[in-house]
Amino acid sequence: MITRQLFGRRDKSPEGLRALPPRGATAPARPAHPVPDGGKRPVIVLRAVSKTYQTGDVEVHALRRVSLTVEAGDFVAIMGASGSGKSTMMNIIGCLDVPTRGYYWLDEVDVRQLEESDLSRIRNRKIGFVFQNYNLVPRTTALANVELALAYRGVKPKERHARAMDALGQVGLAERYQHLPSEMSGGQQQRVAIARALVTTPSLILADEPTGNLDTATSHEVMALFSRLNAEGRTVVIITHEQDIASFAKRVVRLRDGQIYEDSRFVPVHTSETRVEERQAPGAVPASGNLSGGAR
Amino acid sequence: MNPRDTFRIAISGISSNKLRSALTTLGVLIGVSAVIILVAVGTGSSQAVESRINQLGTNTLTVFNTGRFGRGASASGTQTKVASLTIADVNALDDPNNAPDVKSVSPVVSTSETATYGASSYSTTVEGSTASYLGAEDYTLQAGSAITSQEVAAHAQVVDIGSDVASNLFTTGENPLGATIMIGSTNFEVIGVLASKGTSGLTNEDSVAIAPYTAVEDHLTGYSQSFSELIVQGKSASTLNLAEAEVENVLAARNDTTVADLPFEVLNQATLVSTAESTSSTFTVLLGAVAAISLLVGGIGVMNIMLVTVTERTHEIGIRMAIGAPKSAILSQFLLEAVLLSLMGGAAGVVVGVVGTRFQIAGVQPVIAPYSIVLAFGVSIAVGVFFGLYPANRAASLRPIDALRYE
Repeated sequence: MITRQLFGRRDKSPEGLRALPPRGATAPARPAHPVPDGGKRPVIVLRAVSKTYQTGDVEVHALRRVSLTVEAGDFVAIMGASGSGKSTMMNIIGCLDVPTRGYYWLDEVDVRQLEESDLSRIRNRKIGFVFQNYNLVPRTTALANVELALAYRGVKPKERHARAMDALGQVGLAERYQHLPSEMSGGQQQRVAIARALVTTPSLILADEPTGNLDTATSHEVMALFSRLNAEGRTVVIITHEQDIASFAKRVVRLRDGQIYEDSRFVPVHTSETRVEERQAPGAVPASGNLSGGAR
Repeated sequence: MNPRDTFRIAISGISSNKLRSALTTLGVLIGVSAVIILVAVGTGSSQAVESRINQLGTNTLTVFNTGRFGRGASASGTQTKVASLTIADVNALDDPNNAPDVKSVSPVVSTSETATYGASSYSTTVEGSTASYLGAEDYTLQAGSAITSQEVAAHAQVVDIGSDVASNLFTTGENPLGATIMIGSTNFEVIGVLASKGTSGLTNEDSVAIAPYTAVEDHLTGYSQSFSELIVQGKSASTLNLAEAEVENVLAARNDTTVADLPFEVLNQATLVSTAESTSSTFTVLLGAVAAISLLVGGIGVMNIMLVTVTERTHEIGIRMAIGAPKSAILSQFLLEAVLLSLMGGAAGVVVGVVGTRFQIAGVQPVIAPYSIVLAFGVSIAVGVFFGLYPANRAASLRPIDALRYE
């Protein structure tokens, strides 16, 4: 299995990952398809991706030949009205769903060739998910929730604990590590979810309407946290339909009827500044501060 | 995912709904304890039957007079001769030339009489027989001596009494030996007291009074040509079948008939033992099968609850998959949960079963069969695996996107 070899080699030689697909070369066992490269290492490469759902006799085209490249270190907001296909795109990017047609390379691995067992490994190692409704495992402490992602990877308990505490510290919840999700506010739960997403040091943090259930002040705290993570060099893709949330991103991609109709960059990928600092967004406080969000 | 983490997750799953888990466990508990208790009841009753039969002696044959017509039906009118077991038959069977595998033959005339001594009275079974009877019937003497051939020949009014007879007649603790008791309306001198054989017999074997058959015929039953039965003692249990054939041949020859038409029934104790053994093992199997069904029902309960759990926790499964739980981790989490449920039920069932078998059930003292504990416990784990596999597999086969969307 190609991927096993890739994963196996990963620790020893990071170059091994580049074996598939190399710059301008052809992907093995697939029709020739060049991987475009804007000079930087792309984390996400979508090419002519379509997704069709069959509901009864009606075919719903959720995505129509969408192509998108996201470089490492970018902060992208994907916007669109409901039904525009942004959630479908998010699910495909997150390896929760597979495209009907088209190609997808995540961190230079051709996802279409992977088995379910490899996909779960991809989700674990390369992607950190943040969901609108937080999706913490119920009846499980904040710490255990954050540790869980590492547990599925087989990290030893001691190391796991240290890394999870560190991640909780990064989102300013180190003191609340023993709280259950039901004992925390929405903003706190979302920050635990963010800690869980970043504890595995993924290539990509993927957030699906992360502020959808939060009030404005808490939303801005959470977005400031994403901005900070991005400033530390992490690639962040968020999905939102709120303009002020999208304005935290360096690049905004708008979807309509399953197609990209606007793709605008506001800040270069590699910059020390973030847009939030320029804008002096209200309520944008350093996320490491000891604040608790209000919305539930 | 190391086993300890899987274990912890499974435990938290079980404890998240304690009442439901307890009820599921109860189903398995009942099944396992039912298997242990019912098999123990079966084993206990079969052991009781076997010990009863063994007390009769396994190397004896009993020849019954079936009352059919014998010695060739007389041709004169409607008059027929009734076959009888006479003292001549006894002597013929006792002859080593005729029946080399027969050790002794004891004729029996029996009757029920009330024995009285002073103010005490007790109803006894009076067995009139010969000197070899005590040995053949496995009686031992607690005190005194057995009736002798001389006493039989002399029509002596002497008696060996069973331990219950002794304790009921001699209530004040006086020595029964040498005392004269009244059986029916005849005086008999007590020359021996038999050791107790226990009360486990179909009849109480300690309420007998054994006297020379000659005296019993003289005073109690009246003289008849025929004994009601003969107790034939074989030389050993292994040659009992040979002895049976010899007895049948001798009796057939003496009655001018064939073995098939023999007017007597020869009852082989060994046959009785094996019949009783097969009957009681059928009984045990039947009880075990009933219990196994309840264990199966308990297993279905586990499956039912696991299916509910998987449905309830579909969203949680989706979350776990999204953060990278492999299929195997989801499968083992739910499988372990099912196995733990049935394991706890199994362990509690063993405890309840072992405690339950300490009590008499329907007059039977249950005897725990160790194999039933191992079997029931093992089956309860197997039930957990078998009935947990389908729900766990269903959980693991969910598509992450569907599981995440499930509310």
